[in-house]
Amino acid sequence: MAQETMTVHLKVWRQAGPEESGSFQNYTAENVNPHMSFLEMLDVVNEDLIHKGEEPIEFDSDCREGICGTCGFVINGQAHGEERGTTVCQLHMRSFSDGDTIVIEPWRAKAFPVIKDLVVDRRAFDRIIAAGGYVSVGTGPKPDANSIKVGKDVSDQAFDSAACIGCGACVAACPNASASLFTGAKITQLAMLPQGHPERTRRVREMVHQMQEEGFGNCSNIGECEAVCPKEISLSNIAKMKREYLRAMFSDS
Amino acid sequence: MTKLDARMPEGPLQEKWGHRLEEMKLVAPNNKKKHNIIVVGTGLAGGSAAATLGELGYNVKAFCIQDSPRRAHSIAAQGGINAAKNYPNDGDSIWRLFYDTIKGGDFRSREGNVYRLAEVSNNIIDQAVAQGVPFAREYGGELANRSFGGAQVSRTFYARGQTGQQLLLGAYQALMRQVDRGKVKMYPRQEMLDLVKIDGVARGIITRNLITGQIERHSADAVVLCTGGYGRTYFLSTNAFNSNATAAWRCHKRGAYFANPCYVQIHPTCIPQSGDYQSKLTLMSESLRNDGRVWVPKNKEDIGKPPHQIPDADRDYYLERKYPAFGNLVPRDVASRNAKYVCDEGRGVGATGRAVYLDFRDAIKEQGRDAIEDKYGNLFHMYHKITDEDPYEVPMRIYPAVHYTMGGLWVDYELMSTIPGLFVAGEANFSDHGANRLGASALMQGLADGYFVVPFTVGNFIAEYDVKPVGTDHKAFDAAEKDVRDQIKKMLDVGKQGSRTVIDIYKDLGKIMYDEVGMSRTGDGLKRAQDVISGLREEFWKDVKIPGRADDYNKMLELAGRLADFLELAELMATDALEREESCGGHFREEYQTDEGEALRNDEEFCYVAAWEYSEDGKPTKHKEELEFENVELATRSYK
Ligand SMILES: Cc1cc2nc3c(=O)[nH]c(=O)nc-3n(C[C@H](O)[C@H](O)[C@H](O)COP(=O)(O)OP(=O)(O)OC[C@H]3O[C@@H](n4cnc5c(N)ncnc54)[C@H](O)[C@@H]3O)c2cc1C
Ligand code: FES
Repeated sequence: MAQETMTVHLKVWRQAGPEESGSFQNYTAENVNPHMSFLEMLDVVNEDLIHKGEEPIEFDSDCREGICGTCGFVINGQAHGEERGTTVCQLHMRSFSDGDTIVIEPWRAKAFPVIKDLVVDRRAFDRIIAAGGYVSVGTGPKPDANSIKVGKDVSDQAFDSAACIGCGACVAACPNASASLFTGAKITQLAMLPQGHPERTRRVREMVHQMQEEGFGNCSNIGECEAVCPKEISLSNIAKMKREYLRAMFSDS
Repeated sequence: MTKLDARMPEGPLQEKWGHRLEEMKLVAPNNKKKHNIIVVGTGLAGGSAAATLGELGYNVKAFCIQDSPRRAHSIAAQGGINAAKNYPNDGDSIWRLFYDTIKGGDFRSREGNVYRLAEVSNNIIDQAVAQGVPFAREYGGELANRSFGGAQVSRTFYARGQTGQQLLLGAYQALMRQVDRGKVKMYPRQEMLDLVKIDGVARGIITRNLITGQIERHSADAVVLCTGGYGRTYFLSTNAFNSNATAAWRCHKRGAYFANPCYVQIHPTCIPQSGDYQSKLTLMSESLRNDGRVWVPKNKEDIGKPPHQIPDADRDYYLERKYPAFGNLVPRDVASRNAKYVCDEGRGVGATGRAVYLDFRDAIKEQGRDAIEDKYGNLFHMYHKITDEDPYEVPMRIYPAVHYTMGGLWVDYELMSTIPGLFVAGEANFSDHGANRLGASALMQGLADGYFVVPFTVGNFIAEYDVKPVGTDHKAFDAAEKDVRDQIKKMLDVGKQGSRTVIDIYKDLGKIMYDEVGMSRTGDGLKRAQDVISGLREEFWKDVKIPGRADDYNKMLELAGRLADFLELAELMATDALEREESCGGHFREEYQTDEGEALRNDEEFCYVAAWEYSEDGKPTKHKEELEFENVELATRSYK
């Protein structure tokens, strides 16, 4: 099978450290195989840079199959690139054309400071989960799993929310840098399931509070987050979070 | 030679764990907070262990390489987790799960450990459901099950194709709850680079902060290593990019024995390699073999034809033909070897001729597209994305890839290594899967170890040894820190002059490992591998090229350190494979096979665990733990 290769021109954000100022640098990637993933293309560019004695472009990745949420940067102004429902590790060069210029930059949000080049610090997400994104059960004897019945429809919907990979694209895409889709997804998952009910009120209060503490902006229903989400988490999770929050406000504290 | 004491409790299999729990010494509730415990790794094993130890009241420090504990490699597990619930009422039991696991492991694991695993399997499901893990359910609201290879019952619980993700998020959330309570301190983006031993006991670790490059010291009363497997020794594998053996290997160099390093699982259903730019391969879950049928053309002339133009009569459904009892659901090692054979015969398909079809045509016809989509939607989607082919329309092309390592640090029944105070859980230990792991059993083992075993055995150790606090100013910390700094400096000194990148050398290592320490091994090939590996090691330390600095975020430097360790471990894997003159499970020596080409075990001579002790001079010592089977009869595995 003859393999057509392509050439793409990259404008990549390079920033030596959190306190340094960054800038775009130009690179050319030649002989790009369309079956390469975007990250594999960057691997090849990096090998070239290392051979030339230059510093490679730093970016994060781990599973490279769209599930760990480690990878992520902005491609041509879109978080994870233009293709819907895709992380950058699952984006393939076949979705670009020979001769394209591709602009690559890190997530930009106050709550996600840049560490180096395309690598950002997303620990704020962990702190939102720590504030209440769990069911408070300890390890130990529990009732038989089938004693808690959950209808398939409810369980499927809870799963849809639970599918979030915590990559941060929603924040990066939002003009307000809001973390509402991320937070809303966890709140929705746990609010839907009977196991999550006892802590519903406290959970939504604490998580929303933490989200604000971290410097994420407010949600103004723009919907960019849903559009870029690699797991296609629906905006209805934010609506649900808002309802849960209102409910919590009117319940006893 | 020291005798390896597994500290197996006396008494019948069914009572061992219960008795041990009753005998254990306890740490009083208000004393627990005086004890510091380090947990390295926050995958299923480490996340669940750290959360539970924190809940119990210990002060826990948990470390991981990723920027968040939620991203550990466990997140990628797709297919499911086993448990002996017998919900489908198809005759399952703890005994049957135990037996299937022992048999699947080709009678090379410890009865007592495996029985305990089967025993606690049901608690794991209860625990996960209580946490809100959204397992698949039936319309009536009960949990759903599916079948996996090596079993004739349906005992696999799953959450679409994202079971690992959902189980890990459950453990992660439990962990973050303890972080919030101040019982666990989380250290993400920190890599453990050495173990600190004082008076022979594990007392701390040295880490590198992966953002700033700073070297840090952490002391504790026990160290729990949950750092995953060493599949990345092969460069190309289904493991995550950052999966590594460094923590385990450096413990090995400090005295922890490494058991059965040659037991590696090569998973039959992965997306075939498409080019040499690739750094990892993608798994297509084994659950697909429930409904997908594996075949290649009967005749070589047909390999280039579009699959739908090949009539059934000209297709060879070789697993169904050779193993009618289990068909497409034979264990992984059997499925992988057979894929290799048909490709070696020249009947492989796809651009490289190294692939077989996994076909859903009949399942879609029988059950409808929606049913298939409901079960495997995300896997089909992933396949489509990567290959640009629609598996609803054309059969998937798959080929085996390195996936899981059964070997690991040697541990006793309490999961303690040969270094007192160093516990090892999850894929990092060798304990439960013998020479081959059955599908959906790694998640089970990781969570069994982390939720239900280690939290108690660590307490028992602390109470029994009467561990006293130690500070990081102890001279053992000075020495270990110096070793770490020296190694980094040495790598960067070579790295400035060298000409071959880390990836270049790493790929060469992967190639020799696949060629000679892979699915099919020979004495000569293994000797050749030893030579090539030791040559690559020399090359690494003379000619590797590494960019950047030590005091900075530097991915290539991280990778270089891991490669240095893989280059040592790889040789031990080859040595172990060479000395195990039999075939068992994932370890297939061409010299030792039946007339029908199946693995030929040698129970007379090799019914033991090979536990290797490190030696500076490159000549490790092999210790043997004889395996005793009191409850099951050693049988030849047959899936026909
Ligand atoms: C694609 C794929 C699919 C799978 N599907 C299934 C399945 O369906 N069912 C099943 O049972 N099993 C499955 N497995 C196997 C299973 O996922 C793993 O065996 C299991 O998750 C390992 O868990 P663990 O906790 O031992 O280690 P891991 O999840 O690998 O976690 C290792 C942890 O250690 C940390 N770490 C490593 N080195 C260091 C260091 N030096 N310093 C600090 N931290 C370190 C990492 O950051 C990470 O937190 C699958 C595996 C793969 C690759
Ligand atoms: S690297 Fe895991 S989602 Fe992309």
